[in-house]
Amino acid sequence: MKWIEGFGKYFLMLIIIFRAPEKYSIFRKRLFNEIELIGVNSIPIVALMSAFMGGVISLQTASNMSNPLLPTYTVGFITQSSTILEFSPTIISLILAGKVGSNVASEIGTMRVSQQIDALEIMGVNSLNFLVFPKVIAAILFFPILIIFSMGLSLTGGWVALILSNLSSTETYIYGIRYYFEMGNIWYALTKCIVFGFIIITISSYYGYYVKGGSLEVGKASTQAVVSSSVAILIANFLLTQMILLS
Amino acid sequence: MIEVKNVNKSFGGIQILSDVSSTFEKGKVNLIIGQSGQGKTVLAKCIVGLHEIDSGEILFNGSDFCKMNRAQRTLIRQEIGMLFQGSALFDSMTVEENIMFPLSMFQKMTKKEMVNRVNFCLERVNLSGRNNLFPAECSGGMQKRIGIARAIAMNPKYLFCDEPNSGLDPKTAILIDNLIQELTYEYEITTIVITHDLNSVMEIGDSILFIQNGCNWWSGNKNTILTTDNTEVSSFVYASEFMKEIKDSIRVNKRR
Repeated sequence: MKWIEGFGKYFLMLIIIFRAPEKYSIFRKRLFNEIELIGVNSIPIVALMSAFMGGVISLQTASNMSNPLLPTYTVGFITQSSTILEFSPTIISLILAGKVGSNVASEIGTMRVSQQIDALEIMGVNSLNFLVFPKVIAAILFFPILIIFSMGLSLTGGWVALILSNLSSTETYIYGIRYYFEMGNIWYALTKCIVFGFIIITISSYYGYYVKGGSLEVGKASTQAVVSSSVAILIANFLLTQMILLS
Repeated sequence: MIEVKNVNKSFGGIQILSDVSSTFEKGKVNLIIGQSGQGKTVLAKCIVGLHEIDSGEILFNGSDFCKMNRAQRTLIRQEIGMLFQGSALFDSMTVEENIMFPLSMFQKMTKKEMVNRVNFCLERVNLSGRNNLFPAECSGGMQKRIGIARAIAMNPKYLFCDEPNSGLDPKTAILIDNLIQELTYEYEITTIVITHDLNSVMEIGDSILFIQNGCNWWSGNKNTILTTDNTEVSSFVYASEFMKEIKDSIRVNKRR
C-alpha cells in the first residue's frame, strides 16, 4: 500500500512542479545556477569515468580477439557500439544518479528540515515549482551534452589505450568506429539520457521534499534517492530499449 | 484580525488540536503559550495553511482561508510575514538577497528600490550595513533579526513568530520582543507569537491564549495571567523558583 501511496504522491508532485514559473527572470537565473551545479560540476567525474572506461573496453575487446577470422577493426566497432548504446547513456547516468541525485535530495531535504521550504510556502511561492522545475530543465538540457562529451572521451580513451598498448593502429580503430555507424543509435542514447535525467531529478527531489525529521533522515533520504533513481533508470533502460530498438 | 473557529487537527489518528477557537486582534501582540508538545506550533501552522485542518474555520479579516484555492491563498500569504524558530534563512543567499527575495518574487520594483527597502528593513532591526553577510556568518540573535527584516519586507498585515527567543540570551531575547512589539504597534499588524518564554509573556503579551492538550485552556493578558486561579496556567507560570518567589511577593502585597 505504501508503494501505491508513494507513486500517487510522486505523480501529484509532478503536476505541481510543471506549472508556469511565478517570475521568469528568477527562473532563468535559477536555471543557469542549476546548469552549473548539475551539469558543469559533473564534467570532471564524467570525463574521468569515460576516458578510463573507454580505455578498458577497447583493451578488453582487443585482448579477447584471438580468432584470426575477426577483422582487426572489430575493436573500434565494439568500443563504439558499447559506448554509444550502453556505457555513456546508462552507466554515466547511474554515476550521475549517485552524484547529482544525492546532492539534490540532501539540498532539498536540508531546506525541508530547516523550514526553508515552509518559509517559501508562507511567502506564497510554489516551492516545488521554484526548487525542482529549474533542476529538471537543467538536467534535460545538459545531460545530453554530458553524454555526447562522455561518448567522445570514451572513444578517445579507447584509442589512447590501444595506441599505448600497441594493439591497433589509429586508422584501423577509426575505421572500426565508422564501420556500420548508425545515427539512430545517437538519438536512442540521447533519448535515454533525457529520460534518465528526468528520473534522477524528480525522484531525488521527491525524497528530499517529503523528508521528515532531522539531519539523520536527510542522509537516509539521500541514500534512498540514489537507490530508487538507479533502479528506475535500469527499468526505464529496459523499457526504452524494447520500445526504440526492438520496435 | 484573524479568527480561529472550532479548529480540529489530528495526525495519524492522534488528536493534536481539539475545538480550538480564538480571536487574534489587529495592532496587538497575541501570544500562544503552553508547554512543549501541546499543539502551539501546529495551531500556527494550521493558521498559515502549512497544515490542512480536519474541521473548523480560519478567517483572515472575515475570509475563510481553508476554503480558498491556491491562487487566493497566495494573495493572503503575501500579506503574511513569518519568523521561524530556526530563522529559516536561505543558506545560499546573502542577508540582502534573503530580505529582497519576497520583493523580487512579488513586487514590481527596480533593483534600486528593492535595495532601499532592504536597507530600511535592516535599519529597523539594527543591522545596517550587514547586507553582504551570509546567514552562517551571523549569530543566532542576528539571524532572528534578519528573519524579522525578511518578514516585514513586504509590509505584512499579519506577523507570525514561532518561538522568537529560543536559544537567545535574555538581553537579546528582550530586544527581539521589543522589536516585534514596536513593529506591531507602528504598522498595526496582527501579530501572533508562539512562545513558552515567560519574559516574553510579561513583556509583550497584549493578549494570551494558553493551549493545553490541544485545547484553548485559558485566555487573558499579561496582567491577568499572574493572578489567575486556573491551576494549569498557574503551574506553567510559576514553575521556576524565581517565579514562585514573585508569586509570594504578589500575595504579600495583596494582603497589605
